[in-house]
Amino acid sequence: MLTMIGKRLMFAIPSLIGVVIVTFLLTRALPGDPAAYFAGPAATKEAVEQIRKKLGLDKPLIEQFFRYTNDLAHGDFGNSLTTGQPVAAEIRNRLPASAELTLLGLIVSIVIAIPLGVLAATRPGSWVDHLCRVTTTAGVSLPVFFTGLVLVYVFYFWLGWSPAPLGRLDVFYSAPPTVTGFYLIDTLIARDFEAFRSACSQLILPATTLAIFSLAPIARMTRASMLAVLSSEFVRTARASGLSPATVIVTYAFRNAMLPVITTLSMVFSFLLGANVLVEKVFAWPGIGSYAVEALISSDFAPVQGFVLTMAVMYVLLNLVIDILYGVIDPRVRLEG
Amino acid sequence: MKRRDFLKSVSGLAAGAALPAMPSVVSSAYADARSETLLIVSEGGPNNLDIHGVGTNVPGYEVSWNCYDRLISHEMKSGPGGVPYYDRDKFKGELAEDFKIDDMSVTFKLKKNAKFHDGAPVTAKDVKWSLDRAVSVGGFPTFQMSAGSLTKPEQFVVIDDYTVRVDFLKKDKLTIPDLAVIVPCIINSELVKKNASEKDPWGLEFTKQQTAGSGAYKVTKWTAGTEVVMERNEDWVGGPLPKIKRVIWRMVPQAGNRRALLERGDADISYELPFKDFQEMKASGKLNVVSLPFSNGIQYIGMNVTKPPFDNPKVRQAVAYAIPYQKIMDAVMFGLANPMFGAAKDKPTEVAWPQPHKYNTDMEKAKALMAEAGYANGFETTISFDLNFAGVNEPLCVLVQESLAQIGIKTTINKVPGANWRTELNKKEMPLFTNVFSGWLDYPEYFFYWCYHGNNSVFNTMSYKSGEMDKLIDGARVAAATGDTATYDADVKGFVDLAYSDIPRIPLYQPFVNVAMQKNISGYQYWFHRRLDYRAMAKG
Repeated sequence: MLTMIGKRLMFAIPSLIGVVIVTFLLTRALPGDPAAYFAGPAATKEAVEQIRKKLGLDKPLIEQFFRYTNDLAHGDFGNSLTTGQPVAAEIRNRLPASAELTLLGLIVSIVIAIPLGVLAATRPGSWVDHLCRVTTTAGVSLPVFFTGLVLVYVFYFWLGWSPAPLGRLDVFYSAPPTVTGFYLIDTLIARDFEAFRSACSQLILPATTLAIFSLAPIARMTRASMLAVLSSEFVRTARASGLSPATVIVTYAFRNAMLPVITTLSMVFSFLLGANVLVEKVFAWPGIGSYAVEALISSDFAPVQGFVLTMAVMYVLLNLVIDILYGVIDPRVRLEG
Repeated sequence: MKRRDFLKSVSGLAAGAALPAMPSVVSSAYADARSETLLIVSEGGPNNLDIHGVGTNVPGYEVSWNCYDRLISHEMKSGPGGVPYYDRDKFKGELAEDFKIDDMSVTFKLKKNAKFHDGAPVTAKDVKWSLDRAVSVGGFPTFQMSAGSLTKPEQFVVIDDYTVRVDFLKKDKLTIPDLAVIVPCIINSELVKKNASEKDPWGLEFTKQQTAGSGAYKVTKWTAGTEVVMERNEDWVGGPLPKIKRVIWRMVPQAGNRRALLERGDADISYELPFKDFQEMKASGKLNVVSLPFSNGIQYIGMNVTKPPFDNPKVRQAVAYAIPYQKIMDAVMFGLANPMFGAAKDKPTEVAWPQPHKYNTDMEKAKALMAEAGYANGFETTISFDLNFAGVNEPLCVLVQESLAQIGIKTTINKVPGANWRTELNKKEMPLFTNVFSGWLDYPEYFFYWCYHGNNSVFNTMSYKSGEMDKLIDGARVAAATGDTATYDADVKGFVDLAYSDIPRIPLYQPFVNVAMQKNISGYQYWFHRRLDYRAMAKG
């Protein structure tokens, strides 16, 4: 298995090199002159030139590229001009915030969508099936930022149940010492239960927003795949042999229906990372998505490149994990390097 | 890994996640902390804590203003609506105990008990080093210093440990005011020098991340793009000890959420909200909304005078008669601006800036002028705006587009991304555009020097050149420096009149800076930089 993982990672290298080249060229092709932008409103032409020189933007493109790759090889992603911080450090600090939110959203979504899909498949045409159809359609057709704003309006502004949408923790709590970067885990490690509660309550609304958005694909895929499995011969045999409906559905049908669901999950996870951008904006979440968008708006090359590269690496790893999971769930799946 | 092992380990994790019930302890310190803490929410935060840094943004100015001291600062006077407003003509010492202005120099005596945040005394050599740095690092700080004829390190002379002299290069009325802006802040030179390197002799990398000043506040935590936390400096001598102990400044990108936070009472202060929100909050009366005009600032429609058709003054006047001024005031600004149009016909020109011009929306006159200029059938052009301020610019341009179509000028709207705006302005090729300019130093000749002078600075966005205009502007600058009031008044009136008859740019309104705060917050002061001064604020 280890050699398989090694091989897979080897194959990822060319795509990563491609990503490096493409992002470098794309960011240079963006309209806008970062030197003029960062020289400030009152800059003279000379001031703009001075800044251009400081940023190394007066060098030919190819030299800039080699300098960039050289820095990358040393683990240096460059400095963001908008936030003034090294990109690598920023991504390291912000990725856990996005990941915690996305994972929690995904878990909430799975907990609701999979039982819903299974129930809908076992009773097609019943009210559960209709409920499944309606919720998923509604969920997927509401834009995330809209759902987010409505939730904030109702639960924070109107009812006052939810804390202020001010990021990961209440303003008056300090962040726990970083171990994993996930506040839910770090606060527990630090035994700071007040902060844990705060982190939890801050997470509820954004995670729900993401969950509502991702219900549809998971529930629909579960339903479809369960329907297919339930009509197959081994299920009929199991039923004919007098096994209880629960055993038939959970032990036999569900495990066999899981493969396409897992594939969908990996897809949902990756597009949730994208949908995150808007949710982060609405909830002032200090995540990686809002960081990348702000950088893009101000033609700040380094963070955009760093963001795309990080995402590419994450996709590679995610796909690898999914492939390994296939093998674990279904021993018939052979992993080829 | 075997399938069964995997399933087993997953259930193990699940068991671990089932944690004992949480004790619900809420510390009593929580409530105390709130009453001494100011929570500010805004869209953007600083990108650099040092105003001398490369590309420090406007929120960064606010940090510098509150965490560093200058030699001198402005006195306050009562402004519009009784809000304290900085007095552009009166100065008081901040780090300076007193100062003496001579013919060609000014001498500052420093407060002997002034200390930097790390406890080191503030001495004359720190002052010299800081001012040297401001005129030498290049970019915005150096440019701002030069606006007051402060350009050479030799101008700053150390007399003894607590006395510094600033020599004037030439007589310039703006030199003293320029020493009270944000840029000439006094920095802990020993501390920064220790952290400087050969590549970075002024230690910009160090001061970007932390404050090294003697100001009323110091930054204790800064997470770029998320929050800034500032604590009071208990040993501050620049003025009375501020009442607010801690300032937490959070970035909340969503304007609707900022408003919700204010209305729920969770945040204390916010700016950068849509005008409509400010207007509604003002009407509801639950919060204090302060609206004050930008000092020396104007939103305008500019026309490139180097190329046809706008090289023809008749066309420019026609446009000036075709702008839907009142509609813009009502529908775009929601009344939160000072009109800069429609002055009475017989109103004499004042020695002041900004002041309204005499154009009004008059389509008949506009059409007649177009015909006179030989464009009876109109022409096509583009109108450009900066997307960073799309909330105002977009509806404004749509209204102008609609109105100009009535006199035959077909316009296409060109939305320029914020990052690109400055480049576009610098190219000076856009035929028609809207923009805002406001000067830190509140003098008519300062505004005109940047916006109308033939030396063609970035802000002369119209590429306007006129020998007569230059003579009037230069005349006013010299007259101001020598105290020749009669010439000064005549020259100021002269260049305002010329700017309005030649009309290369059409002033629309003087925008307001709007700040919304809880009723229990007091001590807001208007400063030329339009950012918050926490030092005078109080809560409760």
